[in-house]
Amino acid sequence: MKSLKVQQHPLSPAQRQIETLEQSAFTPFAEKLDLIGLLPLKPTHLDIFQINMGKMCNQVCKHCHVDAGPDRKEIMTRDMMELCLIAIRKTSVTTIDLTGGAPEMNPDFRWFVEELSALGKKIIVRCNLTIIVANPKYNDLPDFFKKHQIEVVSSLPYFTAIKTDSQRGEGVFEKSIKALKMLNEVGYGIEGSNLIINLVYNPAGAFLPAAQHALELEFKLKLWKQYGIVFNSLFAITNIPVNRFLNYLITSNNYEGYMEKLVNAFNPGAAAGVMCRNTISVSWDGYLYDCDFNQMLELNVSTPLSRHLSDFNTEILENRNIVVNEHCYGCTAGAGSSCGGTTV
Amino acid sequence: MKTYYNPEDLKKFGNIGEFEPNLAKKFFDYYGEVFKEGALTAREKSLIALAVAHAVQCPYCIDAYTVDTMEKGCDEQQVMEAVHVAAAIKGGALLVHSVQMMNKFKELSM
Ligand code: SF4
Ligand code: SF4
Repeated sequence: MKSLKVQQHPLSPAQRQIETLEQSAFTPFAEKLDLIGLLPLKPTHLDIFQINMGKMCNQVCKHCHVDAGPDRKEIMTRDMMELCLIAIRKTSVTTIDLTGGAPEMNPDFRWFVEELSALGKKIIVRCNLTIIVANPKYNDLPDFFKKHQIEVVSSLPYFTAIKTDSQRGEGVFEKSIKALKMLNEVGYGIEGSNLIINLVYNPAGAFLPAAQHALELEFKLKLWKQYGIVFNSLFAITNIPVNRFLNYLITSNNYEGYMEKLVNAFNPGAAAGVMCRNTISVSWDGYLYDCDFNQMLELNVSTPLSRHLSDFNTEILENRNIVVNEHCYGCTAGAGSSCGGTTV
Repeated sequence: MKTYYNPEDLKKFGNIGEFEPNLAKKFFDYYGEVFKEGALTAREKSLIALAVAHAVQCPYCIDAYTVDTMEKGCDEQQVMEAVHVAAAIKGGALLVHSVQMMNKFKELSM
């Protein structure tokens, strides 16, 4: 399967996706925020520095909001990573969150983690699991993560092969189980080890996620009983209508129904806790965004004075207006959704 | 195409209060209470509802509780097992009547 970009798919340009989202008949998200006194949406404080290290990935998941895949070549250079380090030093963020694509495929990934490690912050790597077993050169990733006390966050949409593979590709479940066992072997998820592996559940289709705590219990039970696998927490994440998930919704005739569901499930409590209020998202080429979804829609931060790592300014960023659009309904439905799971 | 069942009508379920608001309110309050997490989990209740929806063959309820079970984290195998429970009970309820048939048959036979 090719990425939308390489297919030159009509929905690939960000502008086209925004037009699609804005054409819908429901109440605009900004209006909804205005009604509860949250417009303009402002940051609370900058706490998480999320870096998307590039769109290259060994997988081509059907729902991928990054439109990542092996055919995507856009990845962060070491120069850009240096700029990240300079920017981070100017902030008091507590967490560095590395995502992609598969960030581990970036040739400077390990160098970068070592540099970040020296800053003494919590480091999260969003690891798709299969990368660990994709090539012998990645087999030692669990040890590398352990050495730097990395918190690993990994997607596993379900505890069965059929559901996982339908979303993430043939054979992904089996490889993910193998990788999880390798992580457990070095201590990840084991009580008292202080090595954290959290799993991410997202629905394999056009429906909302189940209650996070109930899913976590079930995942824990099933993964332990069938595979002897342990993990720390499960994050339930709502699929956001961007890139390949948006394309799936449209081609499967589920777009209207799904958006209606998100809009009807709008939760003011979740709106107040959206992750863009304490996060800044950096793209592979150094531009700044309110979140990874805005990044994919090419909705840059609203302030022209701190748009790129080269002019990074914490104060300006902390006073910006967050750019919202109709995809934001995905973050505010039901119990809310963020990179760390539900928000209320 | 015009049919007796229109999927859009499911969204209008709440409108039944238009003709009789008091009883509708009582029903919806009760309904809400029933489906709350209790001695049974919300997920178990949703699976029971799906099975019953099949037994009473209500297309609205089948739609509604297929979505609801999915949103409670159930997979294909689990929802189908629930439907088989309904089928087994319906089939069993039919078959157990054959005891009556056999009784009568034997009563009238030499
Ligand atoms: S969802 Fe993650 S693992 Fe799947 S293609 Fe996208 S970046 Fe890769
Ligand atoms: S999509 Fe991004 S900008 Fe919109 S609410 Fe979610 S985190 Fe905030």
